[in-house]
Amino acid sequence: MNTAVSATKAFDQQGSLSDEQRVDAAMGSFVSEFGVTASLHMESCVRCGLCADACHFHIATGDAKYTPIYKLEPFRRAYLREASPLAPLIRALGLVRKPRIEDLQQWQELLYDSCTMCGRCTLACPMGIDIAELVKEARHGMFKAGLVPDRLALMDRTARQWGSTATPGEDLPDILAEVAKEHGVAIPCNLERADILVTAAPAELGEHTKALADAAKILNRTGVKWTMHQAGFDASNVGFNNGDLELQEKLTRALVDTAVKIGANTVLLPECGHAYGAARWEAAKWYGQALPVRIIHMTEFLDELIASKQIRVNKIGETATFHDPCQIVRRGGLEAAARRVLAALGFELIELQDHGLTGFCCGGGGGVVSNPRAAPLRRQAFEMKQQQVEATGAKHFVTSCGQCRITLEMGAQQTQWNKPTESLLELVADNLA
Amino acid sequence: MDLLGFARGPALAVAVVVFVLGTVWRLWGVLSRPRMPDLSPAREGVPSNLQGALRNILRGMWPRKEFGAAPLVATVNGYVFHIGLALVFFGYAPHIAFIRRLTGLSWPALPDLVMYLAAGATIIALLLALGARLTSPVRRKISIADDWITWTITFLPVITGMAVITEPSAIVLARDHAVYRGPLAVHLLTLELLLIWFPFGKLMHAFLFAFSRGATGMRFSHRGVKL
Repeated sequence: MNTAVSATKAFDQQGSLSDEQRVDAAMGSFVSEFGVTASLHMESCVRCGLCADACHFHIATGDAKYTPIYKLEPFRRAYLREASPLAPLIRALGLVRKPRIEDLQQWQELLYDSCTMCGRCTLACPMGIDIAELVKEARHGMFKAGLVPDRLALMDRTARQWGSTATPGEDLPDILAEVAKEHGVAIPCNLERADILVTAAPAELGEHTKALADAAKILNRTGVKWTMHQAGFDASNVGFNNGDLELQEKLTRALVDTAVKIGANTVLLPECGHAYGAARWEAAKWYGQALPVRIIHMTEFLDELIASKQIRVNKIGETATFHDPCQIVRRGGLEAAARRVLAALGFELIELQDHGLTGFCCGGGGGVVSNPRAAPLRRQAFEMKQQQVEATGAKHFVTSCGQCRITLEMGAQQTQWNKPTESLLELVADNLA
Repeated sequence: MDLLGFARGPALAVAVVVFVLGTVWRLWGVLSRPRMPDLSPAREGVPSNLQGALRNILRGMWPRKEFGAAPLVATVNGYVFHIGLALVFFGYAPHIAFIRRLTGLSWPALPDLVMYLAAGATIIALLLALGARLTSPVRRKISIADDWITWTITFLPVITGMAVITEPSAIVLARDHAVYRGPLAVHLLTLELLLIWFPFGKLMHAFLFAFSRGATGMRFSHRGVKL
């Protein structure tokens, strides 16, 4: 691959490892990722470049360095040198150069700033390579090497200390009491026994407290016994995005162990995409067996409540368009659930030009929204979404992921776009019959 | 032993051995990597893993319309040279005779005209693929030595084969000896070069594509994603 002109020199590094130690740490982690599926995917690329036609960052900029498979170049080299069936031959003949510290530093931008792990490229690949998953695995090595964007590293340190990027657990009861008072809804906290452990995204403890209060309003309507708990409440799992496997495990265990402790049979995840990816599909690997609790996203919870008539909603009877959060729809399988809830609300759904499985990412997933360095690129991707929303002419613009909502609200603010991004959860709560 | 004797004898034997052992080695090397089972509960009502894999193998045969015209053009061009190569290799009467001598297996040949058209289309499609790799900023960015070597090694048997054709296949087969021994030897040697390179480069996608698509199909089907 042509690596002469590659990523810009925008990189951060953490810790006091020497350059050699960083490379070794990254390589060691990379190699540990190469199970049979990752290896098949590393082997199968024919470098057709069709993944570029799917990536919102490549489409928005036209810059070839944003070709998804190119973002994996150091990872590919690690595979070929250390794990591929031809590795001994490759090393003996010096056919593939070992990644250098400069490579890893440069690729930080491609792995963190310009990839949201949305997986649209996975659908475009004729070989079926799950590029988004490989990027996530490559991030594990970057984290081990202390080569992640500083802002994400700061969030990581906070979450390691507090169990959340928003607040220490011991402050949760006070925060919930304030939210309850502000919105006039009861929010149980730290109950010793409950059937459902309800979790939150960090934003719901800050600027999106209405979403939290609305979840409480709906749960209270059902009569189910539920609680939030300071021992496990933040589902967003910054470890999943950063590549910090230890933190990912710690945050995951906090949720599942707390649910088990209070006898809950369900962990209810908030409107957060990466929370769903981390908990629904990856939690079991930390336990080595199927989990003793069900993990469910807010969207499917609402869908089930409406279908079982545990709640009823008034019909709004206006037009709406829907932004499909990548981790919930493309990588999570909840495309139909969100649309059933929208239908129950009586919306006339006008789909975006690209929607469902092939919908464009908001541009902020995978931690990109938290990375100030990525803001200009994120804005270019946002403009594509903005154009598609405008083209529908729909009155409401709805989504079911708080992180998407924050990204889209930031984009709207920057472009003076007068189109609020509405939460599916909040719409349901506001229209309870 | 002249060059044709070498190409038909030891060179062919070496090429076939490298092809078979190399392909088995590479497949085994990948498929024996550690398995990381998905312990999360599958979404209710989803198809079996096998069905998910098979569906995605089929789904990958054609690009999604949402990705625009470029993938469609690249895919159609790819089909032209893949099918063209298959038609020429398996359908041309002298090739079938060659395979019969080696294995005892044979089947009806396609008319020469079909072969000429298939070979012509294959050459054009391969040249278009090369042109795209040379001119597309994306493909230039991601291309490695394997891409150039594989293209050359794929192109050589086609072009050397065309060079050997001077008369209808019926006349060629009616003789009990080869007339153009030198050019025929070169043609055969280019095929052997392809067989030897096969396990080491991206030609392996001929086998790997099914496993790769299948693995992703299982992952997504488990989650209830209808790819």
